[in-house]
This record gives sequence, C-alpha cells and structure tokens, in this order.
Amino acid sequence: MSMRSKTQPVAGSFAWLAALLMFFPIFWMILASFKTEVGAIATPPQLIFTPTLENYRDILGRADYLSFALNSVIVSFGATALAILLAVPAAFGMAFYPTARTRGTLLWMLSTKMLPPVGVLVPIYLFCRDVGLLDTRTALVIMYTMMNLPIVVWMLFTFFKEMPKAIIEASRIDGANVWQTIVHVLLPLVLPGIASTALLNIILSWNEAFWSLNLTAHDAAPLTAFIASFSAPEGLFWAKLSAASTMAIAPILVFGWISQRQLVRGLTFGAVK
Amino acid sequence: MRLTHLVSGVALLALSAGAASAATITIATVNNSDMIRMQKLSPQWEKKTGNKINWVVLEENVLRQRVTTDIATRGGQFDILTIGSYETPIWGKQNWLLPLDDFPASYDYNDIFKGVRDALSANGKMYAVPFYAESSFTFYRKDLFEKAGLTMPAHPSYDQIAQFADKLTDKAHEQYGICLRGKAGWGENMAFLDTMVNAFGGQWFDMKWQPQLTSEPWKKALTFYVDLMHRDGPPGATGNGFNENLALFTTGHCAMWIDATVAAGMVYDKNSSQVADKTGFTSAPMEVTDHGNGWFWSWALGVPASSKNAKVAKDFLAWATSKDYVTMVGETDGWTVVPPGTRESTYANPAYIKAAPFAETVKASILSADITHPTKDPVPYVGIQYVAIPEFQAMGTQVGQLVSAALAGQMTPDQALKQAQASVTSTMQQAGYLK
Repeated sequence: MSMRSKTQPVAGSFAWLAALLMFFPIFWMILASFKTEVGAIATPPQLIFTPTLENYRDILGRADYLSFALNSVIVSFGATALAILLAVPAAFGMAFYPTARTRGTLLWMLSTKMLPPVGVLVPIYLFCRDVGLLDTRTALVIMYTMMNLPIVVWMLFTFFKEMPKAIIEASRIDGANVWQTIVHVLLPLVLPGIASTALLNIILSWNEAFWSLNLTAHDAAPLTAFIASFSAPEGLFWAKLSAASTMAIAPILVFGWISQRQLVRGLTFGAVK
Repeated sequence: MRLTHLVSGVALLALSAGAASAATITIATVNNSDMIRMQKLSPQWEKKTGNKINWVVLEENVLRQRVTTDIATRGGQFDILTIGSYETPIWGKQNWLLPLDDFPASYDYNDIFKGVRDALSANGKMYAVPFYAESSFTFYRKDLFEKAGLTMPAHPSYDQIAQFADKLTDKAHEQYGICLRGKAGWGENMAFLDTMVNAFGGQWFDMKWQPQLTSEPWKKALTFYVDLMHRDGPPGATGNGFNENLALFTTGHCAMWIDATVAAGMVYDKNSSQVADKTGFTSAPMEVTDHGNGWFWSWALGVPASSKNAKVAKDFLAWATSKDYVTMVGETDGWTVVPPGTRESTYANPAYIKAAPFAETVKASILSADITHPTKDPVPYVGIQYVAIPEFQAMGTQVGQLVSAALAGQMTPDQALKQAQASVTSTMQQAGYLK
C-alpha cells in the first residue's frame, strides 16, 4: 500500500469534517427559517418540528425582495466588470513591464485595505451628497470597485506572472500591438484566473454591508440592507432573520454552486507545472 | 363637443395639480412590532392624502449610526427619523431637527404625558413626537412565589429581590432566581445598571462634571449585581440582552426579571409566552432612594432640518402619533398592542385597561420616572439610564464592557470601576467638561 493511498482516506475525512463544520451554520439558519419564533429560540434546540412558511410569507409581505435582489445583482456584477476592466491593464503592465516601483505600488495598493472603512465614512458621504450619488447604485458600484480593486489587481498580477514572457514577445514579433496581445493572446490563456477573480469579487461585493447600509436608503438598497431590516433588539426575530438571510444568500449560493468548477480551476491555476 | 373638451381639459388640469401636490417621503425606523404595525397601517394615510411612503427599516444600532451620519452631514435622505429620548434634545439644540409644535389643535399636545413631552423637548420646544414610551419594572412568577410562600411587595428593595432570588433558584432544574441584562452596551447592560446605581444613591457625575464611578454607591451596586448574578442568574449572562432574557423568562427559566415595561405585552402574549397567565408586575426595585430606579425611554419620530418634504412629513406624524391612531390599532389589532406610555387618553380607555392588566403599573412607572431628577443627589445632567450629552454613547459602551468583564469574572468590580473612572475622566477632559 503506497503512502498516498494510506493518507488519502484520512485527508478525505478531514476535508468532509471541515466542509460539514463550515456548512453547519448555514444548515442551522435554513432550519430556523422554517420554525416559529418561539421554536427558533427553544432550549434544547428543536430538531424535529412542524415546518412553517409563515416567516417567508411575513417577509415577502413586508419588503420588496425583488427590488433588493435586483440592486444586489446590478451592483455586484457592475462593480466586478469595472474592476476587471481597470485591473487587467494594470496587472499586465506590472507583470510584464515591471519598474523599480512596481513592488512598492502593489504593496501600497494592498495597504489601502487595512484602513477601517468608518475612518473615511464622513468624507465619502459628503462627496456622494454633493455630487448627488446618495442612494444610487452608481455610488455602490464605484465604492465596491475601489474597495476590491487591490485584491483584483493582486490576483490578476499573480496569474499574469505565471505566463511565460516568450509568448508575449512572440506575439509582438508577429506584429501584434499591446491591446491585441492582451485580448488575443493573454486573456484566453488566463481566462480561468480572470473568472475566479471575478467570482470572488462578486461574492465580496454581494456580502458587503458597511457601505451598502450607509450610502443607500431605499432606491439602491441591496440584500444586506434587506437582512438588516429583520434584526431587532426588542422582540423575537431569529426565525424571520433566518428566513431573510436564507433568501439573501440563495442567489449567490446557487451562482457559486454552478460556477464552482471554474472557481476551483482558477484558484489552482498554475499550482501544478 | 367644445364643452366636452373644456370639461376634459379642466379635469386633466385638476388631476395634474393633484399629482403635483402628492409627495413621497422616506421614513427611517427600527424593527420592532409597534413600528412594523405603523408600516402596515400606513397605507390608510397614503390613501387619504395621496402621498407615498418609502420605508427604511433597520436594526436599532445600525439605524442610530445611519441617521446620525445623515443628519450631521445634512444628507437629506430621510424625511422622518425614528429617534430616542436620548438623541432628541441633543439634536434639537443643534437645530438638526425641526420643531414640532405646530400640529392642529385636534392633536391635543396636553394629552401626551408631561414627562414624555419634556424628554422630547429642547429650549422649550418639542423636536420629536412620541410613538411609544417605556420605563422599567419587575416581572415575577406568581406561581413560584406562591409555591415558596413569598409575597412580592409593591415597592421591593434590591435586598428583598436578592432574598427572593436565593430562595427561588433551582439550577438543577434550570430555574434561575433572577435574569438581568449582561450584554455590554450603553443601551443594554448599562441601561439596567444605571438604574441600579441610582437606586443605591450613585450618579455618573457630580455638579462639577467630575466622574463618580469609584464612589461607594457604584462599588456597592456593581458588587451586588455581580454577586447576585453569580448566585442566582443564568449561565452565560454576559451574552444576555433584552431578547435573550425575554426568551428565558417566557420559557419559564426565570423567577424574576427587571427590564423594559414594553416587554409586558410580549410576556402576556399567549402565542409566544409559556408564562402569560403566571406573571405578575411590580415597580423597579429601590435601595437607598427611589430616584431613577426605573428608566425612561421613548421611541419618537422627528423631522430632520434637511427634509425636502417637511410639511408632508409633519402631516404623517400628526396622524401616526394621534389619539385616533391608538384607537385604530386597538380596534384592528387588539388593545394589548396599542403604543403604550404616551397619552392620558390611552389609559382612560376602559377597553385598554380591561385588555392590558399591566397598564396601570406601566403608567405609574412612566409617570414616576423623572429624567430631570434621576439621582438622590443633584446632578448637572438629565437622563436616568443615560446622560444626555453627545459623549455618553461611547463612554456608556466602554463602561458597559468593563461591567461585562466583571460579570464574566475577568476582573473584580473594583478593578472594573477604577478603569471605568480613568476612561470616563479622560473622555470628559478631552471634551472640555473638566479643566
């Protein structure tokens, strides 16, 4: 019996255990969404109960779910498209034509992620107010793009670095200009990487709560604001909050499930040479 | 034919004028049953006036941060804000809110309890109108008291509460003598502890704004609270706020609970409470004084100065906080759920008194909660479970974290209070209250 076949079942068990541990809170939330408010907080916790759709009915009666969901889709996909559009040329330049300051620039970009968002809340709020962007999807698209751009640039930079420079040189010798090189040579090769970067960016934008709660009111409020409206410091709310959360994560969960092959391919891109 | 055209033209003009006068207002509010009911009933106002409402419902702490940002920067995103009695006078003085003293005579300002009006006023003007008001009092299990041969007095002291709790605790059967807030936060554990400190004769500041957190009453109150909770409280009390204690009490795990009067309606709701017919109510405990032993809070509605539809917003407020609204809720959703604690007329209504056995105790608690005399000795501030200065939110939460640490056994009450005193002194120096 080889070493590999000995360790595989153990590693597999750990992987299953980790997956179950990670999925358990989501499973519990979905379960709670079908309980009554009293059932959701019962001690000991109820595992066998009569499921009810009352929470979903209440939620759909109180809030316009589709409007929140549409805002989430537009904002997260819009911000991702814009971020990729800006990051591809930036990462290309830094990967294939590095200068003495490239590394420093990359680190500086990453360091902007270390600033607590609340530190810039007032200036950004005032800016949005003055240019009429409060409670607009445009404001969120811009914010999410700026917020996630460092990660997108870093990821694309890493993928581009994996590409042999000779391919670029060959295409230039064949007469392709920079734009043609990027579009016709580089992008098809790093497509899995770009796809996984885009997927990650969509998920990050979908789950973002600080700016979506602070910059929107009604018209542009995404699903994070929808969830926040079902939490309460006075009164029982767990079952409804669980139902609202289930409805909020459902689209991105389905999207992630469908695109998981692409995501894994992208994340392991270049890992084995 | 020409006449027909003329009539059609006039009708079209009239319709256009009607459409032009209709407005859309945006209301930011908290997610609690009273506010959700207001949202549910608001189409009646929309139908009557032709105006439209956009609702922004948020959790209390999120809402507070959200509306503070908007009002301080004059963002103008909201036409009506749900705010508390803590923020109203502070924001009113800053002219961030519009005065609400010009409602029609039928609104009957004098029907609103004077204490509630005062709490929502600054410089003699009301800057928010009350949706509901609450104090705090003691919930107790009549069946457990009877079984143990105990009698709850009308005005218990904390010493008596401790004796009862000792006798009624049966940890083997998950029955705890007392449930109190332990979750850190100025509106969570500090809301309760402040009333307890007041009852023990303590205060946040003396007349020169010198912090008093290491004074004897604070030490006695915190030591009493920590010891009592260790002896007779539920496990994991540092995670328990209003909701957690409500769940513990309504599922029969607490013999006593001192908390918001607004919980009475929930405890009495047979659909969600297992102790609906076993619960009694009495005033909040006192100790050396009854000044500030029960808190005062009101969720109110105000119009920010940045609102572009102030007239329509005021019209909605005059409807949503009127006597007629209370009657409408009573008749459509039942009298136990009408917004409590704001109007004399609610408590003069026989239908309400009959349906809500807790009504008189709630009224007495609210009327006795005087925010202008919250402590045994004179203080330079108003507010019972808070100090109505802008710096209090941060200070209250920081002290709440230290109190929670003392409850968790991470430090002694003395250590917690010494740190709290140092932190509050530093904040007050920076804010310019202390030289």
